[in-house]
Amino acid sequence: MTTAVKAKGSKKTGVDKFLTLLRFLLIGAIAIGLIAFVWQQIDPNNPFARWRNPDAQPLTAEQIKGLVVTGLSQGAMYGLIALGYSMVYGVLGFINFAHGEVFMLGAFTGFVTSNKLADAGLWEGGAFIPSVIMTAVLAALIATGAAVLMERVAYRPLRGSPRLIPLITSIGVSFFIQNAVILLFGPGAKGYPPNPEWLQKKRRFDLLGDAFAFEVEGTKLLVLVVASFSMAGLWYFVERTKTGKAMRAVAEDKEIASLMGINVNKTIVTTFAVGGAMAGIAGILWGLLFRSVIATTGFLPGIKAFTAAVVGGVGNLGGAMAGGVSLGTAEALAPLMLLEPLGVAGPTQLRDAVAFLLLILVLLVKPTGLFGERLSSEDRA
Amino acid sequence: MRLLDIKDLSVTFGGLHALRDLNFHVDEGEIVGVIGPNGAGKTTFFNMISGMVTPSSGEILFKGESMIGLDPNQVTQAGISRTFQNVRLFANMTILENVMVAQHCRTKQGVFGSLFNTKAFQEEEKMIREHGEKVLGFFGSRLIGYRMDQPASVLSYANRRRLEIARAMATTPQLLLLDEPVAGMNPKESGELTELIGKLRSEWGFTIVMIEHDMNVVRDVSDRVVCLDHGETLAQGSFDEVSNNPEVIEAYLGRPLEKRA
Amino acid sequence: MTTALGNNAASASGSALDTRKVLNVGAVLAISLVFIALAGLPVGLDPRQVVNGILSLGYLSLLWLPIMFGWTVSKQVVLEGMTATKQGVGDVITGAATGVVGGLGLSVLLLLVNQFDLRDPLVNWSPQLVDFLTFSQGIGLGVIAWPVICGVLGAFGASLHLLDATARRAVLAAIGAVLFFAIFETFITDLFDFLDDLLYGPRGGLEWYAALVIAGLAVAYTLSGAREKIAEVKGDYHALTGEAKTRQTAILIGLSAVALIIIPMVTGKITQELMANVGIFLLLALGLNIVVGLAGILDLGYVAFFAVGGYTTAVLTASNRGPDWPEWFPTTPWFVALIASVIMAGIAGLIIGAPVIRMRGDYLAIVTLGFGEIIRLLFLSDWLKGYFNGAQGITQVPPADFGLFEVAGTNPRSVFYLVMFFAAISIYASWRLERSRLGRAWMAIREDESVAEAMGINTVNAKLMAFVVGAVLASFSGAIFSAKVGSIFPTSFLILVSIIILVVVIVGGMGNIMGVIVGSVVLIGVLGGPKQPGLLQEFSQYKLLIYGALLIWMMLKRPEGLVPNARRSRELHQDEFLQDAWLKGEVDTDEDDDNPAPGGSQVAPA
Repeated sequence: MTTAVKAKGSKKTGVDKFLTLLRFLLIGAIAIGLIAFVWQQIDPNNPFARWRNPDAQPLTAEQIKGLVVTGLSQGAMYGLIALGYSMVYGVLGFINFAHGEVFMLGAFTGFVTSNKLADAGLWEGGAFIPSVIMTAVLAALIATGAAVLMERVAYRPLRGSPRLIPLITSIGVSFFIQNAVILLFGPGAKGYPPNPEWLQKKRRFDLLGDAFAFEVEGTKLLVLVVASFSMAGLWYFVERTKTGKAMRAVAEDKEIASLMGINVNKTIVTTFAVGGAMAGIAGILWGLLFRSVIATTGFLPGIKAFTAAVVGGVGNLGGAMAGGVSLGTAEALAPLMLLEPLGVAGPTQLRDAVAFLLLILVLLVKPTGLFGERLSSEDRA
Repeated sequence: MRLLDIKDLSVTFGGLHALRDLNFHVDEGEIVGVIGPNGAGKTTFFNMISGMVTPSSGEILFKGESMIGLDPNQVTQAGISRTFQNVRLFANMTILENVMVAQHCRTKQGVFGSLFNTKAFQEEEKMIREHGEKVLGFFGSRLIGYRMDQPASVLSYANRRRLEIARAMATTPQLLLLDEPVAGMNPKESGELTELIGKLRSEWGFTIVMIEHDMNVVRDVSDRVVCLDHGETLAQGSFDEVSNNPEVIEAYLGRPLEKRA
Repeated sequence: MTTALGNNAASASGSALDTRKVLNVGAVLAISLVFIALAGLPVGLDPRQVVNGILSLGYLSLLWLPIMFGWTVSKQVVLEGMTATKQGVGDVITGAATGVVGGLGLSVLLLLVNQFDLRDPLVNWSPQLVDFLTFSQGIGLGVIAWPVICGVLGAFGASLHLLDATARRAVLAAIGAVLFFAIFETFITDLFDFLDDLLYGPRGGLEWYAALVIAGLAVAYTLSGAREKIAEVKGDYHALTGEAKTRQTAILIGLSAVALIIIPMVTGKITQELMANVGIFLLLALGLNIVVGLAGILDLGYVAFFAVGGYTTAVLTASNRGPDWPEWFPTTPWFVALIASVIMAGIAGLIIGAPVIRMRGDYLAIVTLGFGEIIRLLFLSDWLKGYFNGAQGITQVPPADFGLFEVAGTNPRSVFYLVMFFAAISIYASWRLERSRLGRAWMAIREDESVAEAMGINTVNAKLMAFVVGAVLASFSGAIFSAKVGSIFPTSFLILVSIIILVVVIVGGMGNIMGVIVGSVVLIGVLGGPKQPGLLQEFSQYKLLIYGALLIWMMLKRPEGLVPNARRSRELHQDEFLQDAWLKGEVDTDEDDDNPAPGGSQVAPA
């Protein structure tokens, strides 16, 4: 049970005091970092900056906008992966650790398909759009297949066993898929073919006047657009269709749902399938954006996507997306806006650490996530 | 002397009042029966005393000290112990271990003692074991002998209930909260247990609050009966007073037809 | 349930083939075989011989599957109260047919590899694979041979059901013994030099006659009843009580200690190195066993404590630690550094433990994993480069000097002795703690945390204690590791290490000291650690895949591990255990009362 906040007048134990201190320190460090950053923006030669960070340079507005856009597009992908974690946790109450691998399989499918298409000269000019759509569909299919197979082989036999057992199994599944891909495709990094010129080009948007004008690389824009459409589609599916309703019912109470004539097994498979498809699409977007995948590509984004799901509130789909976007942005901004002003050398190396610290902070301060959990009563215990 | 004193206790779960302005007290050496229809808030009431649920307002005083905001283990340490309505034993620990582990808060040997097998450690282990056997012995031959080293999961339903009481006794409490101790037992077993509940006070000196649906048991052992309904105290007093109270009868049986018009 | 009944019905109505089942299982077999072939195991493992000129590890990596599938497909699930139908020729045919279907998968693969070039994404789509699958004899032979071979092996697997228990055991013992001698070749020839020429060929595999003799001896051993004798002796030992048992146990421990001291004296360096590695991982696994096995906390960032121990030792003993340490910061001998490591790991245990201890078990797993990664990233970062040298690591860690002797990586035997000393301490500590007030509290928390708390256990403190004890045991390992390798890098502390230790604990048997020992010997000794090679050095590429597969398989089929802890396995098979106990009349049924409650309600867990 995550009972972090206790009633007033409680007898505090040593651990509680330590945790209060920890919360205080973390929030304090963030506050000081932000103040230092603002001060540095105003006067790069201020005494604090001279002490901690002598070569401080204020970030230009362009740089900050660039970071935000990078963070948003990265976060959109985290959000897409997080949906899978969130839905499976909502329905089955366990963390599918191998979901990151589903994402990686999507990216790998994209690698194989895109290269074959590029060899045939279909990865440029006008043929690019149908090619990408085809690749994305294929990746989504493979990822869906992988997720469904995973459920059938590894998780279904374990339904009803103690919560940690399927989690450990999913760690095994993740390990297995990662190494199977290394053995099948070789250990090195795999490159996507270069994106066509018109997609790479930066575009300028000044809809909100000159002060808010920003430039976006076409690829990042594509990522944001595709992620938004996928999210909207998923929302429609879960909230407006019959299958979606069944999913929500199963998430609430499996037994009662089955008494109401819902096929629980089918619904769980659907949950895995939909989560897998989202991860597959995220995989393609990842490939287009970074143009390189390796077998371990799924690991860190997977854990970060889980973080995003927790930040947004597990089981809450809108929350997962919002959590992903906030995590991506925090991860992009924090090294330069918090760590550097505090005088941390090489702050971008600590990006991943920032993501994990955010997870810890959210669980310490608001364990139900920013937008509230949606879990069945048995999983809340 | 007032052992437990509860003033204006309320708790809400998302707008639902599970308990509302409850006032309740237990004197030392009393056996109090708590009755009420299903959903009256009886188990919530126990959960609140034992620290598993934090009340939204009100005060719980045990021996004059506030229990609000204490963790369940601190409440147990203070001298309140409980059983559970849906028997929750440590099913894969042996029967003896179940009562030994319950003495955790009364003992103190840690890593050092157990690693070096110090004299103090050995003595404490011996004491824990002896006290455990003594507690199990309270139920006759049912829980001792070869049984002690069997996992609790092999016990029959009635014996599980007995072991739960033994486990609660092993924490050496002053106040014992029994949640439906005879539920699911046949008349013979419940009669026997009723007798034992009396002995819990006379021989062991426990003060007891007991939730029970079996009115025979409530009548036989309770000094005082409190009836809860919809999170409020409906009536309290002797068994006869409460059982003849028209509001109590109404709560159990519903309003007579002619009155409803 | 339905498939089991269907199967029974099918075999009852004569020897009719259950075509659908054969095709389904056969397809799974075919896919598995093709996967293994394309993952490169056969070609990669081919150089290692099992029986010279007859069987290589490469072929073995494919051939065991049809046997297993043949066995499984013809296995009958006998439910209590049903009479088993006699297993007969029909089952063997089923097994053979399944094998043939599986073998066809390889034939198709062979044709495809021969015809098309898919080497671009699939690295093992190669002429070598064709060569391997055709036995270098031409396509036609290969295409025909595989269904035949797999069919025969499938039939063999299925026919094991027809043998009576003793005969089956004899066959399995023969296979097991041959494999054992083939795999432990380095170790055995190290111990008994003369066996090298006698049994093994120049390329390491057994000679065919040696394999025959070993198989024969194994069969003779099984049939002679020696097995039952041993079981009897074991039973006697377990039946002992009090003083007598203590004495027997002391003798056993003494004997194993003497064996452990003598063995490294007669073996070569490679074996000693191997034993030292096993010991280091055994230490880690013992610590994790307390956290996961006893207290039931799934800590995936366990490697953090290993890293803290290793880095503390390195910083305190190495001559080239980072330049930013203050002047006064001491350089100490190894054992002082060890004490410092223990303290630092304990503190790290508290700092990591405190925030996570109140979380739900699965959140805790991910957050500890995050902490493990954060600690590694910190050691790697430019920020703390002045202290820990970032990616370059601390390279000049001196050997541990004890005056009379020195423990250095160049002398793996000394490392082994040191590791064993600490392993003995850890085993003793685990054993004592399990039977103490704290151990009982851990078990209660594992069973039902909220009830444990209601029974007066301060769950936060008890769980934190488990974290700290685990951390301290890991720091021993880190300190030894640092002195052994002589250098320390952030890449030695990947999450991978945590997961491998977890696999060791789970495969061996959670919560069981003996299980953890067996797990480390079997996994680290044979397959190898994250970077350390095991006895089967050829496996180094494939071992992580095997670890993953093992973890899944164990969780699905045998969550209690190879050497189960009675209590833990009850927990994982609660229903079956109660059913068995009930059938055997061991469940207490209130027979002393006139009116026993119906059986169902007595055994149904709440």
